[in-house]
Amino acid sequence: MTMIFGVPTAALFGQLLLGLINGSFYAMLSLGLAVIFGLLNIINFTHGAQYMMGAFASWMLLNYLGIGYWPALILAPLIVGATGIILERLLISRLYNLDHLYGLLLTFGVGLIIQGLFRNQYGVSGLPYGIPSQLTGGQNLGFMFMPNYRGWVVVASLIVCLATWFIIEKTRLGAYLRAATENPTLVQAFGINVPLMITLTYGAGVALAAFAGVLAAPIYSVNPNMGADLIIVVFAVVVIGGMGSILGSIITGFALGLVEGLTKVFYPEASSTVIFVIMVLVLLVKPAGLFGRTA
Amino acid sequence: MSSGTVASEGADEAPIGAVQQTGKSAKKLHGMIFIGLAGLLLIAPFVLYPVFLMKVLCFALFASAFSLLLGYAGLLSFGHAAYFGMASYIAAHAAKVWGFTPELAILSGTLVGTLLGVVFGWLAIKRQGIYFAMITLALSQMVFFFCVQAKFTGGEDGIQAVPRGHLFGLIDLANDRVLYFVVAAIFLFGMIAIYRIIHSPFGQVMKAIRDNEPRAVSLGYRVNQYKLALFVLSTALAGLAGATKAIVFQLASLTDVHWSMSGEVVLMTLVGGLGTVFGPMVGAAVIVTMQNYLATLGAWVLVVQGFIFVACVLAFREGIVGLFAKRLKQPL
Amino acid sequence: MKRKTLTAAVAVTALLAGGSAFAQVPVKLGVLNDMSGLYADISGPGSVVAARLAVEDFKPESKGIKVEIVSADHQNKPDVGSTIARKWYDQDGVDVILDVTTSSVALAVSDVTKEKNKIFMISGGGTSDLTGAKCTANNVHWTYDTWALANGTGSAVTKAGGDSWFMLTADYAFGAALDRDTSEAVKKAGGKIVGSVKHPLSTADFSSFLLQAQASKAKVIGMANAGSDTINTIKQAAEFGITQSGQSLAGLLIFSSDVKSLGLQAAQGLKLTEAFYWDQTDATRAFSKRFAAAFGGKMPTSAQAGVYSSVLHYLKAVEALKDKDTTKVMAKMKELPIDDALFGKGSIRVDGRAIHPMYLYEVKKPEESKGEWDMYKVVATIPTEEAFRPLKDGGCPLVK
Repeated sequence: MTMIFGVPTAALFGQLLLGLINGSFYAMLSLGLAVIFGLLNIINFTHGAQYMMGAFASWMLLNYLGIGYWPALILAPLIVGATGIILERLLISRLYNLDHLYGLLLTFGVGLIIQGLFRNQYGVSGLPYGIPSQLTGGQNLGFMFMPNYRGWVVVASLIVCLATWFIIEKTRLGAYLRAATENPTLVQAFGINVPLMITLTYGAGVALAAFAGVLAAPIYSVNPNMGADLIIVVFAVVVIGGMGSILGSIITGFALGLVEGLTKVFYPEASSTVIFVIMVLVLLVKPAGLFGRTA
Repeated sequence: MSSGTVASEGADEAPIGAVQQTGKSAKKLHGMIFIGLAGLLLIAPFVLYPVFLMKVLCFALFASAFSLLLGYAGLLSFGHAAYFGMASYIAAHAAKVWGFTPELAILSGTLVGTLLGVVFGWLAIKRQGIYFAMITLALSQMVFFFCVQAKFTGGEDGIQAVPRGHLFGLIDLANDRVLYFVVAAIFLFGMIAIYRIIHSPFGQVMKAIRDNEPRAVSLGYRVNQYKLALFVLSTALAGLAGATKAIVFQLASLTDVHWSMSGEVVLMTLVGGLGTVFGPMVGAAVIVTMQNYLATLGAWVLVVQGFIFVACVLAFREGIVGLFAKRLKQPL
Repeated sequence: MKRKTLTAAVAVTALLAGGSAFAQVPVKLGVLNDMSGLYADISGPGSVVAARLAVEDFKPESKGIKVEIVSADHQNKPDVGSTIARKWYDQDGVDVILDVTTSSVALAVSDVTKEKNKIFMISGGGTSDLTGAKCTANNVHWTYDTWALANGTGSAVTKAGGDSWFMLTADYAFGAALDRDTSEAVKKAGGKIVGSVKHPLSTADFSSFLLQAQASKAKVIGMANAGSDTINTIKQAAEFGITQSGQSLAGLLIFSSDVKSLGLQAAQGLKLTEAFYWDQTDATRAFSKRFAAAFGGKMPTSAQAGVYSSVLHYLKAVEALKDKDTTKVMAKMKELPIDDALFGKGSIRVDGRAIHPMYLYEVKKPEESKGEWDMYKVVATIPTEEAFRPLKDGGCPLVK
């Protein structure tokens, strides 16, 4: 068998593929953060909690209403996105004239509240959620066993990421959005309802997080803490990609998934730290991130 | 898509945590507050539980150190747990394994906090606002990783059973009340140091830089050197607080280097009042007391903390001491 | 000074309460654990319920003892835990601290307890250091420890034919300890370790590590991790077809609450060691039904059951002595044999280790389960003498 650095090539392929799958979660989450940051200039620290809510929403839909995975994939993001809209209207919108950091602190607090409430209600050891029957089992790819569900995760996340990118970069709506980012007053003067657009954008960003949460529910432990540790990593992804850069966050998300996957082979203990090392290095060389523009 | 600077265009408030100018009458008031504080510290252990008080003092110093950086350089660090926790590990190790006397143990912890501050500060101060916050966070995550990996930290068990020892080899610190007065002295020293830094010419330059960096540059100040100096002072004091805590509790653990500790110190400062000298210590007292008394309530700690964050940001941005300052029309 | 007035006050109230018949011994028990965080389902508020049930069953008033229970959340922070412990001992007159999950907090409380010469009865905490290198004359470690779990699962599974192991270890002190103890047990039973990988705590995705385990062709994958890490490992092992392809999983630090959260579909076939399972004997079933009635329908975990039994044992010693002096009570507790409704027969060794049988369980298949809580079947009983680390191996200074 061919070897690369003492690891069989086939195994390495497997690990890279897995890295890509994890990267798709990073991409979806950081995409939502980037969209929100781009338009609202808010670092949405609630994002992790909203991802968790997505997973819980699908669990609740199944256990309280008997609604399965496929409808939940649409419903849960809508529900969680709606809570996001309420949050934006009630709380976040009061902070637009203030320093960015207040937004970070507010959303951090909201994240704690949500996490705490779910802990009180559902405990911490998590809830079971099965893989939808259509996607159980897997394919033997020769170099590894690939569960069907993981394949679906990559496909779904790619579709969602590209669709988001397309809407923002290639459509009229996206053009308004980008314009409003640059100069909200001017866009408002053209008769476009900027506050509404901001609210809906926040809702959409949150819905992206919830969508990732639903995708995660069958393979990760569904527990109130599931977002808390992930969010810090996702922040790093956004910062590395360049805050507010849509394409940057997608590419960086997938790329860092790969890097992390490789670290898991060569120096597994460091796999949760490697992203931060990269972040420091990138910020030192390119202050605005890989794809960001300096203000 | 603008990003980078802390104060965005069109902001109708001063940058986060900006400290106001101190006039003559304010200085008099501050002197009185310091005397009152010293008096309070003297009486407190006879009324309240000394171990609890020591904890409050350690966190009060930590929060004040953190807020020094925020208030005078406008830099929000999201990784101050690194200096606090690392110093705590070093102090614990020095006292337990090397057999240092407590004052030397604390000193060595502080020293390591300072050195860490020099390196990290050098890396971080070139950036501002959110990027600064993120880079400090990333660096502190690396420290956390180091503490998990290093042998001497004992993993999640931490360093336990650290001897309190004899101060200068003479005074036995096993008695809570004796130790309390040592901690109170360290705390007062730290607070006076912070106050002196702020009111020195150095502090004035820092304010000038914070309010208008390009102008400070054009006046010929080496802005980055000033920022680095302040950063290091802040981490040194954070280290002092962490090292003292290790001696008080006779342990050092991963909790103190975890990023949630960095979040907690932000909360303390926020509650007490951003941009005040006396705010962070009040905030620390409130949060530590809350943690202590919520302990019997069980699961609601997180929710209550979250509510405090939200309430502070939305309705209460001045914080407790900030409100008083507004009433008195004097900076505190 | 404060302590003196306090004891005086306690003595006065004791005299008053005792009335004319006899003076009652007032004891105060403190349940200290993680009420809201990672380990809240393993012990948490349920441990307080268990302690209350124990007092209810003991009927202390009729035996000249007056019991009060307090509880607190240490939030998994050693400084919070140690402050509470100090305050309890110094100011609130607590005599015994119970439970204490999270090894860093348990070790801190153990130090404080030694300094104040009180009693610490550990149930939820797992580190075997508490009765090993860091043992004190004030500790009783009741339910389990990392050595017992690693050894039980390691040797029993190896003897049952699972003789080659791949270790999946959390990169933490408890992970390393579990890894070391399991490896020893496996080798002693004639098996071998063919590989291992260390992962960071709170990893979400284990597929990469699982593939490495799969490639090793080991018969058993030993999971030296805990909580959501173990849950994620098991979930993803099922997803990647690892359990179906013949490799089996062995949990080294896993509780019934974790299995409950996984569901039998994902957890089936998993082997694990525990000291207690609700559906074991008539006595455990009776206790568990009462517990569930008092605690929202949840069955007790072994840590919670351990709190119940350790409270009973302590009260028995106090009753026998009519005194709560720490040295005397500790001696009495070590002298009295354990004949417990929940944990069976055993004793407390000189190093503070309470010994009793342990059990190797296998998680049932969904079709075998007859109800929501019907999760385990017994595979083997590990007799009292073999269940815990031999006295001489612990390195406890109390052992001569």
